[in-house]
Amino acid sequence: MRQVYSILVNNHAGVLSHVAGLFTRRGYNIESIAAGPTEDTTITRIVIVAIGEENELDQIAKQLRKLYDVREVEQISYNQAVTRELVLATIKAPITKRSEIIQLANAFGAQVINMTDDTVTLEASGNDHKVRTLLKAFEGYGISQMARTGMISLPYDGMPEDWEPIA
Amino acid sequence: MELNGSQIMIEELKAAGIEMAFGIPGGAIMPFYDELLKADFPHILTRHEQGAAHMADGYARVSGKVAIVVTTSGPGATNLITGLANAQMDSVPLVAITGQVATNMIGTDAFQEADVYGCSIPVTKFNWLIKDVNEIQHVTREAIRVATTGRPGPVLIDFPKDIQITNTVYTPRESAESPLPAPREYPELDTEGIDKLLAAIERAERPVIIGGAGIIKSGASAELAKFAKAAGIPVINTLLGLGGFPGTNELFLGMPGMHGTAYANFALCECDLLINLGARFDDRVTGKVSSFCPKATIAHVDIDDAEIDKRVHTHIPILGNVRDVLSALNEHLRPGDYDEWRQTWTDWKENYPLQYDWDGSIKPQYVIDQIQEITEGNGIYVTGVGQHQMWAAQFIRFNEPKTWVTSGGLGTMGFGLPAAIGAKFARPEKDVWLIDGDGSFAMTLVELATAATYNVPVKVAILNNAYLGMVRQWQELFFEKRYSHSHYPENPDFGTIAEGYGVKGINVTDVNEVRNSLETAAEHDGPVVLNFLVNKEENVWPMVPAGAGNDEMQLAPPSREAKS
Ligand SMILES: Cc1ncc(C[n+]2csc(CCOP(=O)(O)OP(=O)(O)O)c2C)c(N)n1
Ligand SMILES: [Mg+2]
Repeated sequence: MRQVYSILVNNHAGVLSHVAGLFTRRGYNIESIAAGPTEDTTITRIVIVAIGEENELDQIAKQLRKLYDVREVEQISYNQAVTRELVLATIKAPITKRSEIIQLANAFGAQVINMTDDTVTLEASGNDHKVRTLLKAFEGYGISQMARTGMISLPYDGMPEDWEPIA
Repeated sequence: MELNGSQIMIEELKAAGIEMAFGIPGGAIMPFYDELLKADFPHILTRHEQGAAHMADGYARVSGKVAIVVTTSGPGATNLITGLANAQMDSVPLVAITGQVATNMIGTDAFQEADVYGCSIPVTKFNWLIKDVNEIQHVTREAIRVATTGRPGPVLIDFPKDIQITNTVYTPRESAESPLPAPREYPELDTEGIDKLLAAIERAERPVIIGGAGIIKSGASAELAKFAKAAGIPVINTLLGLGGFPGTNELFLGMPGMHGTAYANFALCECDLLINLGARFDDRVTGKVSSFCPKATIAHVDIDDAEIDKRVHTHIPILGNVRDVLSALNEHLRPGDYDEWRQTWTDWKENYPLQYDWDGSIKPQYVIDQIQEITEGNGIYVTGVGQHQMWAAQFIRFNEPKTWVTSGGLGTMGFGLPAAIGAKFARPEKDVWLIDGDGSFAMTLVELATAATYNVPVKVAILNNAYLGMVRQWQELFFEKRYSHSHYPENPDFGTIAEGYGVKGINVTDVNEVRNSLETAAEHDGPVVLNFLVNKEENVWPMVPAGAGNDEMQLAPPSREAKS
């Protein structure tokens, strides 16, 4: 199972080491990790996507809550959260394929941010599903470089527990 | 008032009621040591930083108070790591203060620089690297608070040398306001969980209590005794819970698990209600989880939410301080009828007692039995790690909590001697006996010098089998007697070594001298080392093989089992 943890921590040096260290030390699997400021400058939000058995996923939240600098841990099951990831990808694009690639990029709402004689660099964002589909779509052309930010996430405000958004 | 960083930290330590320090100075901590001369609590100069940490650990386990451990940067601090890990595993409070190179040198591979903040993250409850003299007051207070509240544990403050001598205005405050939100609140009494447990107790036919370190740490022994006696429910104590219930009481079933008593393990396998009070279901206790308490409803009371459901699925989880929960249980207790069950476990106790054979050699269990006899269970008992530790856990019958000092979670050989010294500092009026192994003792025996220097009259009984006995036992049983590197045929003469340190040393080779030598040691006014050359191939029984279920316990060596 995959689980999103939205963790509010004191904005201290060392806090990321404590959080990341917990995952290595206890053998939990991190799929992605992203950290950044929040509306409150003393607080940082760390978003971690982890994979594990159900029991282990609860254990992770409990262990996180014990960390001194952790203020709040929200366990968001994957379909209960707004999740977004930013991806930059350089696609091999010989002149003959260029317009086809740009068309495909448009279909995904991706922006062209750089172009050379034989490459196109795209910027796209979306939830995990979209990013995966997009990368799959460009795989055939050849992706020469790629960078992903890792997931960031917020819970859907005011939605009932069993609500399942479509995308 | 203007003070420097070292002075501020010492003021804060004094204000927090720190009464004891252990450590070794060095370049990066010298300004702090200079001020320590004026502190009104004693500092014990040890021979190794690991020893200092174990002393503070032993001191805390016996007194319930936190001590500080002071080292220099680099090697001084890295020598602490084992001591911190040990305290972390057994939830023992201590505050380590390590010197660090000056802030402008951090990260330059300066002389004796080590990333002690990074190294200590996984082995402390929390740690700090001080970067500004104005943080000292807050950090010192927080460090002591974090170490001693909730589930206790070790903390570390890394203290750069330049900040130790930086001046700032210091205002002692009654309670320094925290720039952070108040610590998470103590869990409220879970009355719903308690009601569920009360109902389960009333319904049960074969209930059993397992009491862990939580009983000792929360000071719940009296409540536990009241509860168990009123309900007529038998009590098992984990390795770290020993002393939490009187060892001589008829309801006591001893220790569970790998080297537990037969009757404790039988009771776990047969019970229909397990009441876990402050134990963390360690793998040495549960054996294979799938065959742990297969017939029981499991209730688990713990101060640490993360322990609940960590390894064993719990039907009645109760988050809270064990003592508070026990007093609530005592108020409303409605026991069921457990007469048949009582008959069953009393029969087990009678038919499967702990035992050992006689063959004219010094049996290690016999030495422990004799220590028990001359101290009547009223001493403080400390151990190393190995077979001798398990025998001590089996054969000593504790009368009180906080009289048993052993490295449980980490199983740290070498813990014994320094921990015993720390224990004696905590309770000088008590007889402190260290039951140690030859392997374990050799790891930290240098602290005999500390015992001699400060005249700390600990009594050391080495059960010297010239083996890493526990390793040898596993090799005998599970590696077809291939004794790979577990033998010390050329063990040093520990009696003479002791004398060299200025400590009375006696080698004992004859079983008829055991009792005498113990009495001599007890009466001697100062530390003593008794080096018992014991039977080399004695094994610890019963035994649940690693990875097996408690129902697969072997009671005795195959030969003896066949006979009886
Ligand atoms: C620091 C450390 N190193 C290694 C071990 C692994 N180990 C566990 S018990 C044991 C043997 C202990 O020998 P000794 O102290 O002589 O005790 P005995 O078992 O012989 O009573 C060893 C090597 C350990 N627990 N701690
Ligand atoms: Mg030995």
